[in-house]
Amino acid sequence: MVRIDGKGNGSCLVCVRNLDKTYTRAGEDIHVLQALNLEVEAGDFVAFMGPSGSGKTTLLNLLGGLDLPTSGSIVVAGDEITRMSAGKLTSWRARHVGFIFQLYNLIPVLTAFQNVELPLLLTKLSKAERRKHVETVLAVVGLTDRMGHYPRQLSGGQEQRVAIARAIVADPTFLLCDEPTGDLDRKAADEIMEIIGRLVKEYGKTVLMVTHDPRVAERAGVVLHLDKGVLVEAAGGRA
Amino acid sequence: MKFFRLVWANLRRKKVRTTLTIGSFLVALFLFGLLAAVRMGFRGGADAAGADRLNVINRVSLILPLPFSYRDRLLRLPGIRAVTHATWFGGVYKDERNFFQQIAVDKDTWFDVYSDYSLTAEARAAFLRDRQACVVGRSLADRFGFKAGDRIPLQGTIWPGNWEFNVAGIFEGRRPDADTSGMYFRSDYLEERRAFGKGTVGWYVVQLVNLDDGLRVSRAIDDLFANSPFETLTQTEKAFAASFVKQMGNIELLIMSIGAVVFLTLLLVTGNTMAIAVRERYGELAVLKTVGFSGLRVFGLILAEAVLIAGQGGLVGLAMAKAVIPGLSRALPMLGALYVSPLTFGAGFLLALGIGVVAALLPAIGAMRLRVVDALRRV
Repeated sequence: MVRIDGKGNGSCLVCVRNLDKTYTRAGEDIHVLQALNLEVEAGDFVAFMGPSGSGKTTLLNLLGGLDLPTSGSIVVAGDEITRMSAGKLTSWRARHVGFIFQLYNLIPVLTAFQNVELPLLLTKLSKAERRKHVETVLAVVGLTDRMGHYPRQLSGGQEQRVAIARAIVADPTFLLCDEPTGDLDRKAADEIMEIIGRLVKEYGKTVLMVTHDPRVAERAGVVLHLDKGVLVEAAGGRA
Repeated sequence: MKFFRLVWANLRRKKVRTTLTIGSFLVALFLFGLLAAVRMGFRGGADAAGADRLNVINRVSLILPLPFSYRDRLLRLPGIRAVTHATWFGGVYKDERNFFQQIAVDKDTWFDVYSDYSLTAEARAAFLRDRQACVVGRSLADRFGFKAGDRIPLQGTIWPGNWEFNVAGIFEGRRPDADTSGMYFRSDYLEERRAFGKGTVGWYVVQLVNLDDGLRVSRAIDDLFANSPFETLTQTEKAFAASFVKQMGNIELLIMSIGAVVFLTLLLVTGNTMAIAVRERYGELAVLKTVGFSGLRVFGLILAEAVLIAGQGGLVGLAMAKAVIPGLSRALPMLGALYVSPLTFGAGFLLALGIGVVAALLPAIGAMRLRVVDALRRV
């Protein structure tokens, strides 16, 4: 159950309360997010839509602990991330968040296997255990036969699948996807959304996704609209 | 160790740039090795000089002699274990370009006081037996192919005439930096044949009983001969060796200056390269931070790259210097015993690593402080 009225019972996985984000540019305050409330439960698949500059990516960055709000709080699985130090936030991110970007953001000098392995380098897993994890998630995204390939040797869709594998390899609490199909053709986009959908349905992952594409948003269980920093509308029947 | 692959992969990203940067370290450390060896050669073994030896020269000038009679008076001073003496000969072997030092020494005491050199019992016996005997150092023997039984003709310059010497043997240095580029022959042969300067020696070498007694004994010697026609100047062997170098100008300062300029240039070049390399990868560094790499870890990765570049270039450069030094030493014997000591090698390697770290410091701090949100926006 996704709520945006701030009246939930506190059983949410991601609980956002009165979130404000204001930037100051040339002496002028720009309110990107205003008094935003959001409650997402485990296993939800939420899509955020809205025009450019509406604050979608800013919200995603705040939820992922990449940025700090001006005021308000974000509690994820009981941890209030808005009160964490930068160092603590980094290790929290490693354990709880999987990021998927529009432009894949793979490291070009590493193979698909090595890219996926990156988050696991921060764990205490042995080399053999890391290998097993990486092979498993690459099988989930259907790239077992491409694990030795470098990003330049892969298509856009395949690169994004590697990025998905990297996002889920450490089994994070939730996934944040920023326009995951924005750079792909329709066929590749469908494949990516198929995989993300399977992660929700088969593996019970919680996914928060930003998109401009209504067809992509349709895949989500809940679609929220952001306009001028305010969640103004919910669609999809459950919000 | 599990991060090594990441560091290595980043180094291979721009192979030409990495190779050129490694090449800069290679050239700089090669030069460092050469300069250090030349400096050591110029110091005339000052670093290897005996701590228990004092040199007594004429106070007016090193080239003026001292009376032979001083020997017994020196021996009577307390704190002196042994006294030996030496005289510069300055002969020419076939051609003036074949310069090497020839020194007339006291046959009975020289090799006792200079225990840094080893001479076989057979060679020493031959040296004592034959008034015309000489012993040659290993590097001199290798240079001209001298061996025991050979006859070495020299054209005297200070004491004119044709002088001939029989090689009694070859002496070796007990330390790798010992100078074995010269020849010693018997002072009684010189005394017998020379037309002037009889009854004098070039300088005395005094061996101390107690290492800590150097200052007192030096003063006692100089006081003993004060107000005589041959006043003395007594100094440690290290200072004596250094005074030889000073006669040729401040070589050490020159060498140090060249080295400093080379390393400063290397620092700037490497710093610039690392800054470019990091700036190009802001997006990737942001991704690393996004997946959980801390700022400190990113800082460490950048430093590790720089250290790896510096280490590889430094090691190869120093190894190359070590490889070419023996050949250079043979080709330029006037530079003395050239040698890249383990200390020089280690210091050079640490210097390379230090420059790598310093050069990468600012870019690494920038990467550590990088804000993920800002960097991702640039991708």
